[in-house]
Amino acid sequence: MVTVRFFAVLKKLLDRESMHVDLHGPTTLKALLDRLEEDIPSIRSVIREGRTLIAVNQEIAQEETLVSDGDEVAFLPPFAGGQH
Amino acid sequence: MVSKETGSILEWVRVQESDFSVEEETDRIKERSKRIGGIVTFLGTARDFSKGKDINRIDFEHYPGMAEKRLNEIRERALQDYDIIEVSIVHRVGRIETGENIVLIVVAAEHRKDAFRACEWCIDELKRITPIWKREETTQGEVWVVEHP
Repeated sequence: MVTVRFFAVLKKLLDRESMHVDLHGPTTLKALLDRLEEDIPSIRSVIREGRTLIAVNQEIAQEETLVSDGDEVAFLPPFAGGQH
Repeated sequence: MVSKETGSILEWVRVQESDFSVEEETDRIKERSKRIGGIVTFLGTARDFSKGKDINRIDFEHYPGMAEKRLNEIRERALQDYDIIEVSIVHRVGRIETGENIVLIVVAAEHRKDAFRACEWCIDELKRITPIWKREETTQGEVWVVEHP
């Protein structure tokens, strides 16, 4: 199971703080996004338009990053200081 | 949710809900070494007016664990890249009223120039890479703020 967390404005936009996703073996972040899209159809457009970063276990990740059971995936909108 | 409410006062990097004392933090760093000849502090406070709107209050949210990790990295890089003796970083989260303290960076060095340069780098880097978000409650509603450095 992977824990997915949303922060700041994303909590309001997506109407949730966190969710759990069951994985069948390691998968890419891209594939995880496909899974999340089933529950949250707007997730990709919200991420793109919001210049959102994604962290896996608190390190910034890319779509090719592998996600495994027990990992924490976090969606991070631009920080207060103005990154990205 | 607040990360382990800052842990002990002995930590050089903290994220906490409660206010901090600039004097206590500078005293603490002063005790670090007799070689210290200059201490530079940056204190960020909550203003009551931003982008043409009156602000009633501010809420800071952070990613517990990752925010502290990033602040520790900033401290370690500053100690490595500048000729300084110690760095302390404290950032508040949760509800902050206008006029209150938000963030404090204290840099101690043998000479002032290194302390000034390191302190400026630390606050710039903090704003750039630390997962902390700011929501302002203004007279015209709530807004998530992203500053442009």
